[in-house]
Amino acid sequence: MGKTIAEKIFAAHLRDKPTPENMILDIDVVMCHEITTPIAITDLEARGMDRVFDTNKIKVVIDHVTPSKDSKTATQAKILRDWARRHKIKDFFDIGFNGVCHAIFPEKGFIRPGYTVIMGDSHTCTHGAFGAFAAGIGTTDLEVGILKGVCAFLKPETIKITIKGTLADGVSAKDVILNIIKKLTVNGATNKVMEFVGPVIDKMSMESRMTLCNMAIEAGGTSGICMPDQVTAQYLWPFIKDEYESLEIAVKDFKQWHSDPDAVYAKELTFDVSDLEPQVTYGYKPDEVKDITAMEGTPIDQVYIGSCTNGRIEDLRSAARILKDRKIADTTRGILSPATPQVYSQALEEGIIKIFMDAGFCVTNPTCGACLGMSNGVLAEGEICASTTNRNFNGRMGKGGIVHLMSPLSAAAAAVKGHITDPRKLL
Amino acid sequence: MKDFGGKALFLDRSDINTDEIIPAKYLTENTKMALQPFILEDLKLGGFNPRTDIQGKGAIITRANFGCGSSREHAVWVFEVNDINIVIAESFARIFRQNMYNCGMLAVELLPSEIDAITALGNEVEIAVDLATCTISAKNGAKELSFTFSINEFDKELVENGGWLTYADNKY
Repeated sequence: MGKTIAEKIFAAHLRDKPTPENMILDIDVVMCHEITTPIAITDLEARGMDRVFDTNKIKVVIDHVTPSKDSKTATQAKILRDWARRHKIKDFFDIGFNGVCHAIFPEKGFIRPGYTVIMGDSHTCTHGAFGAFAAGIGTTDLEVGILKGVCAFLKPETIKITIKGTLADGVSAKDVILNIIKKLTVNGATNKVMEFVGPVIDKMSMESRMTLCNMAIEAGGTSGICMPDQVTAQYLWPFIKDEYESLEIAVKDFKQWHSDPDAVYAKELTFDVSDLEPQVTYGYKPDEVKDITAMEGTPIDQVYIGSCTNGRIEDLRSAARILKDRKIADTTRGILSPATPQVYSQALEEGIIKIFMDAGFCVTNPTCGACLGMSNGVLAEGEICASTTNRNFNGRMGKGGIVHLMSPLSAAAAAVKGHITDPRKLL
Repeated sequence: MKDFGGKALFLDRSDINTDEIIPAKYLTENTKMALQPFILEDLKLGGFNPRTDIQGKGAIITRANFGCGSSREHAVWVFEVNDINIVIAESFARIFRQNMYNCGMLAVELLPSEIDAITALGNEVEIAVDLATCTISAKNGAKELSFTFSINEFDKELVENGGWLTYADNKY
C-alpha cells in the first residue's frame, strides 16, 4: 500500500508510538515568536529546565507587536531576546531584521521538503507549501519542542484536494482557498492534512502555495501540504546549491516525498477553478464566503494589506496593478504592512511602495499587528475592514469591528472605490 | 490528578473560537492568573454575560468545533484559572483539544443527542467525572443522566501525569 507525503514524513521522523494512533515525531524546526514563547520560557525557568534541545533547529523572531507598543509587549520582546542570546540561538530576528514569522522563515531557507515544523502559532501550516509537515501547537507543546525536540501528533489522515482548470486573470490563490474553506466548512478538515495537487498548483509560485497552505487551519486542517517540485527547488536554490550538483538533481531528490499513486486518502475532492470569481467572506467565520459580485457596494472604512497570508512581494505587486495612478476613496483609509524587510526592500526597488503611498496608503514596518487587533490598524466598534488576512472572527481586528477577507487585488479595488467591488473591472 | 467537574456552564453554539474565549489583546500578559477577568469576553452568544455567568462554574457544555482558530494555550489557561477543568463538546478543534490534555485537563466528546439531553436537564446541572470508568454524570436535583465516553490511552496518561511536559520529560 502506498503512502501519502504526510505518512512518509511521519515514518522518517518517528521517535515513539505510545498507541497505534499517537505518534511522537522528531522535529526539524521549532519556531518561536514573542506572544506564545515568553510564557514557555518563564515556565521552563521556574521548573529549572531552561535548556534547548538544539540551538540550530530553533528559529526566533519578534513579529506580532514590533516595535513594542507598551511595557507589556516590550517585556515579552525582552524575555524572548534575552533567552535567544542566552542560548546563543543564531537565527534570531529582532527589530530592523524582523518580519512576519511565516513569511520570513521560508525566505531564509529554513524550511525544506520532508521537514517537520512546529510553532506556537496556528498558521504554521503555511510551511507545508515546501512539502513539509508543519503544524501550529500550544505553549506546552512548544516547551517540549524547545526542551526535547519532539511533538505528539495523531497518525496523519489526508484529504487530497485536486485543483484543475485555469485561474482567470484577477483570481488568485486566496480566492481558491476561500472557496475550498466554503465547501469544507470550518471543521471539515479537523485532524486532517490538506494535500493540494493538480495543474493549478503545479503552476503556482511558492508565494501562492504559501497563501493556500496558510489557511488550511481555517478549515480545521493540521497542515496544508504541496508536493515539492521544480518551483520549490528554484525558490530554495540559493540555500541548497551546495547540497546538490544541479537543480534537476534537487528536483529528483524531492520526489522521494511525493505521495504514492496508490496512497490511501480519508477523502478526495476536486475543484475546477476556471469559472471561479474573486471570493470574499461575510459574517464571523472563514467559511462564510460569497462571490465578490454578491457583496458589491459594501462600504469599507479601512483596507489592510499584509499578514502571513498575503504580505509577500507577489501580493504587493498584485495590489499595485490596481493602485497605480489611482487614489484611495475619501471615505476609506489604507494600511500596507509588507511581511518582511526583504519584501519591503524589493517593493521599494520595484517602485511599488511609491504606488501605494501615492494612492494614499500608510506603509508600516513588517509586523502582524492589525491582523489580530494588537497594533497598527485596530478597528473601532462598527468599523468595516477589507483585509487580506485570514480570520474574520468577532472582534479579531478590534472589538466590534467587522472584517471581510479577500485577495490583495480585491482589497486594492475596495480601497479605490471605498466599497467592495469586483477587482476585474479595474484591471 | 485533578477532580473533574462542577456546575455546568452551557455555551449552546458551535464554532466558538479562541479569540472569543480570550481576545488577542490579552496575550501580552505573562502570567496565567492575569487572564482571569477576561474569560469569554468576546463570545457572540445571545444573553451571555461573562461577568455573571461564569461564577461558580466548573464544567463547560458546548457544541461542535469548540476552540477553533488560534493556537493560544491562553484559551485553556483562562478556564484553568477560573476553576473550569473540563469541556464537554460534540467535537473540538485539534490544537485546543491537545492543549487541554497537555495541561492535564479533560476535553470530552459526547454525541449531539447526549449534549441535547444534558442541556434539557435545565440550568442548574452538576457534572461529575469518573475517569476510571470513563463515565460522566449530569445531575439536576432528582434528575440524573449518565454517559460513557472514550478516551485514548495516551491522552489518559497525559491527564494522569498532570500534562505533556512531565510525561515527555520522563520519557524522552
